Amino acid sequence: MESSTLIAAVSIITAGLTTGLGVMMPALGQGKSISSALTSMAQQPDASQTITRTLFVGLAMLESLSIYCFVISMILIFANPFWNHIIAK
Amino acid sequence: MKLSPDETIFWQHGFITINLTILTTWALMLVMVIGSRLITRKLKAEINISRWQCILEIIVTGMKNQIKEVGLNQPEKFIGFIGTIFLFIVLSNLCIIFPFYEPPTGSLSTTVALAFCVFLAVPFFGIAESGIMGYLKSYLKPTYIMLPFNIISEISRTLALAIRLFGNIMSGGMIISILLTIVPFIFPIVMTILGLIVGIVQAYIFGILTTVYIAAATQESKSQKVSKTN
Repeated sequence: MESSTLIAAVSIITAGLTTGLGVMMPALGQGKSISSALTSMAQQPDASQTITRTLFVGLAMLESLSIYCFVISMILIFANPFWNHIIAK
Repeated sequence: MKLSPDETIFWQHGFITINLTILTTWALMLVMVIGSRLITRKLKAEINISRWQCILEIIVTGMKNQIKEVGLNQPEKFIGFIGTIFLFIVLSNLCIIFPFYEPPTGSLSTTVALAFCVFLAVPFFGIAESGIMGYLKSYLKPTYIMLPFNIISEISRTLALAIRLFGNIMSGGMIISILLTIVPFIFPIVMTILGLIVGIVQAYIFGILTTVYIAAATQESKSQKVSKTN
């Protein structure tokens, strides 16, 4: 296999894997945090404002993990430095 | 496929480049400055106030309450910085309802600049609150072993702020442009509505995280004083 083919294949497969795994795992964490936030809001409706704010901040933290994976797969597909190196040759 | 509005270049001379990001940022800044100037030109303290003053009062009071709830007890000191960043991100994310508009927050340079402002503002407010030594001592908490980790967390959270905003807004635009090639009929509109929600939530998150960081920098000294007096 030529090195350019290898680089292209590995980049595409890794991009898909990165987004796949990187969406799966934070989704599990987000589901857990939302379910426990709902439970505690049902038990103590008075504290719902504080819980909602903390939940949003925490969700954004978790969300950013999957966004990192998304950005990496976008870099692998659209702005791959190794692929650009091969093309420039 | 364009990753960011940075790649649309209008004018270039040497290292000075005028691209779409700079143009939209300045246009938004002009709109915000001129708009708020026009509204605050004739403020009234009567019962009958103008509609625009009512809107501004709702926004400012809401931001003040949010900042207070996070734990900064004098929101007047911080609302200038936090509120400006929040309103800029909200406006630039909401304007995606206009055609041919690309949000400047979807470019990494804008978000890095905003995050860098936060990176500089945290020590600024911390030093203003507790002096240089008091602020530097907060890096040695809870023990001096934590010094490198505190510094690393300071840098990595700035990076995370920038990448989070950029990634969310850029992914919204990219999903819409991919959908336009697959199902160009109604579905992109639904995703645009989702993009509006995501934009508001991300602006809120950026503001709240900035507030939390500033609160962490300014309040460690206070708790120390309280424990000393006890």
